[in-house]
Amino acid sequence: MSDITAPVRFTPAAPRTPPLLAAGPIGWLRANLFSSWLSTAVTLLLGYLLVRWAIGFVDWAFVKAIWSVETGADGRPQTQPCRLNREGACWAVVTENHRFILFGLYPYEEQWRPLLACVLFVGLYVVSAMRRFWRKELAIIWLITLTVIGILMWGGVFGLTYVDQERWGGLPITLILSTFGLAFAFPLAILVALGRRSSLPAIRIICVLYVELIRGVPLISLLFMASVVFPLFLPEGLNIDKLLRAQVAVILFAAAYLAEVVRGGLQALPRGQYEAADALGLSYWQKTGLIVLPQALRIVIPPLVNTFIGFFKDTSLVLIIGIYDLTNAAKTAIVEPAWVGFGPEVYLFVGTIYLVFCFAMSKYSHGLEAELNRHRRR
Amino acid sequence: MKAFRRTILGALGVAAIAAAGVPAALAQSQSPTLDAIRARGQLICGVNTGLAGFGRPDAQGVWRGFDVDYCRAVAVAIFNDPNRVRFVPLTAQQRFPAIQSGEVDVLIRNTTWTLTRDVSLGLDFTGINFYDGQGFMVRASLGVRRASELNGATICVQPGTTTERNLTDWARANRIQFTPVVIERLEEVVQAYLAGRCDAYTTDVSGLAATRSTQPNPAEHVILPDVISKEPLGPSVRHGDQRFADLVRWIHFGLLTAEELGITQANVAQAAASDERPAAQRLLGRTGGLGQMLGVDDAFMRNIIAALGNYGEIFQRNLAPLGLQRGPNALWNQGGLQYAPPFQ
Repeated sequence: MSDITAPVRFTPAAPRTPPLLAAGPIGWLRANLFSSWLSTAVTLLLGYLLVRWAIGFVDWAFVKAIWSVETGADGRPQTQPCRLNREGACWAVVTENHRFILFGLYPYEEQWRPLLACVLFVGLYVVSAMRRFWRKELAIIWLITLTVIGILMWGGVFGLTYVDQERWGGLPITLILSTFGLAFAFPLAILVALGRRSSLPAIRIICVLYVELIRGVPLISLLFMASVVFPLFLPEGLNIDKLLRAQVAVILFAAAYLAEVVRGGLQALPRGQYEAADALGLSYWQKTGLIVLPQALRIVIPPLVNTFIGFFKDTSLVLIIGIYDLTNAAKTAIVEPAWVGFGPEVYLFVGTIYLVFCFAMSKYSHGLEAELNRHRRR
Repeated sequence: MKAFRRTILGALGVAAIAAAGVPAALAQSQSPTLDAIRARGQLICGVNTGLAGFGRPDAQGVWRGFDVDYCRAVAVAIFNDPNRVRFVPLTAQQRFPAIQSGEVDVLIRNTTWTLTRDVSLGLDFTGINFYDGQGFMVRASLGVRRASELNGATICVQPGTTTERNLTDWARANRIQFTPVVIERLEEVVQAYLAGRCDAYTTDVSGLAATRSTQPNPAEHVILPDVISKEPLGPSVRHGDQRFADLVRWIHFGLLTAEELGITQANVAQAAASDERPAAQRLLGRTGGLGQMLGVDDAFMRNIIAALGNYGEIFQRNLAPLGLQRGPNALWNQGGLQYAPPFQ
């Protein structure tokens, strides 16, 4: 009776850390890189190649690199030291030509203006990216900033000398083409995507035709049409600026692709959403603006950003119509005999600039996606 | 009736006066292009997007080159200001539509003068400011002396231009077997040659000289003496405006004449004041009224030479640094082909 032992009090065991070899970085390494003899061998081989390549690259790019060269008596850079130094990079080609690569033909003394324009562009992107600025005022900020950029680039007022678009070049051109291109293409794309799903046959056919025609030709041929064929149809003496023609071509092309992305989002939306909106008695535009688009666009953020990044880089195709965007300016900088053969350095420099912009876009879209889809995670 | 007859007579009289005035009026400016340039206040000149020595923006964005100086010469003739010219960089495909559509007034973009281009593209070539031709460059260690010794060689060439076609035509005509290595971009094709992927590299001799001059040791490479094609490069204007074509043509001849007469940028002011040779006086606009006939100032050549120098100086400034010799571009009396009709 009384041999019932007193109840043992439950004392939880002190938490123990998992064995060091099973968790933590070592555990991760074991699980992912050294799980079998085959994967160990592959890891070691790839690791060896990676380290060797990295050492070689650092050696070439930094240790043995030449950062500047002398200017000779004839005013030409003396690149002979660079040519004799075959082991290292010649960054002098970038340091000597960086202003031409970044700003192209823009008058040399006035190049603070495109520099400021680029800074304003980046500032505009940053502000637009922050959610707390997502208000109606943002449109006004855009309008004001773009006006200021226009004044800076063109000049002609406030004591700034006038600079024709013909002379714009480098990074501002790349930013202008992609910013305006996407800013105009995106609304157009939404309209076209809605039009393709319209019940009115005329609108639907026009939108289908537009998308298929534009998507059916490469951007390069569209730029060609805009720059070479189009002027032949204009009356003599009337010339539409080359940059504007290229810009319109980029907008039309980007819109066709974006329209298909947006249409994907529209189709992914369950039918019930449309029907619920109809049941509430919303008009077409209310339904589209309040119910359909907010959900549809959220779904397509990854492919949208994919297209944006693609177009940011596609603007470099304007080099075939003789506009000095970032890539073409870099290409032209190494035409001078003194700099022929230093392509890798210049293209690495330009590639880094593209990478910074594209990586920022990609990182931002990841954050945006996570934030907007928070309600889906349960 | 009487009044009517008087009107008729009056009209005839006006017509007669007008007819008498025609030669003078023609001599002024009957050129719509020239009028448009004057109204606009600047010349629009189509140039290369980037070709060393001929036309390219330098590190400060200023256009420089042989063709660019010809653009500036036309601007000086019209406005007496080498900076009143807008340069429109044109790719190879853009250049002809640009001149056809009136986007540029004159095309000075190392363009080869061929019959097809002259006749069917709606443009007129005004002369040959540079005689080029396709040649070969080989490594000196190869020991090749003549192009005919290239049988069995691997030859680097760029596609799409006349270069590739000339190469195959030449090989067929001379029964030479070769393996082409076709690479699109100039820089890569040069790298391929330097890396030893091909025995020879072929393009225009001017391009070969430019490539050779940038090597650490130019003596390692030899440009073979054989030239397998004719590439006469020159300015062109829109067909149908003969007056403007005349102006561009005679600017080139004027530059040649200046070199022939020994008139340079340095001594042109002095020559204009005191040179007693009739040819020099006509060239510099002191006698003859030749500028008026072309629709520009009589002193147009004097202004051009003062701003840019004569043909030899323009060549020396832009093309000599590439390692280019005068060769066929020397004056006719020095063994070259550059020959100007009399400036009178």
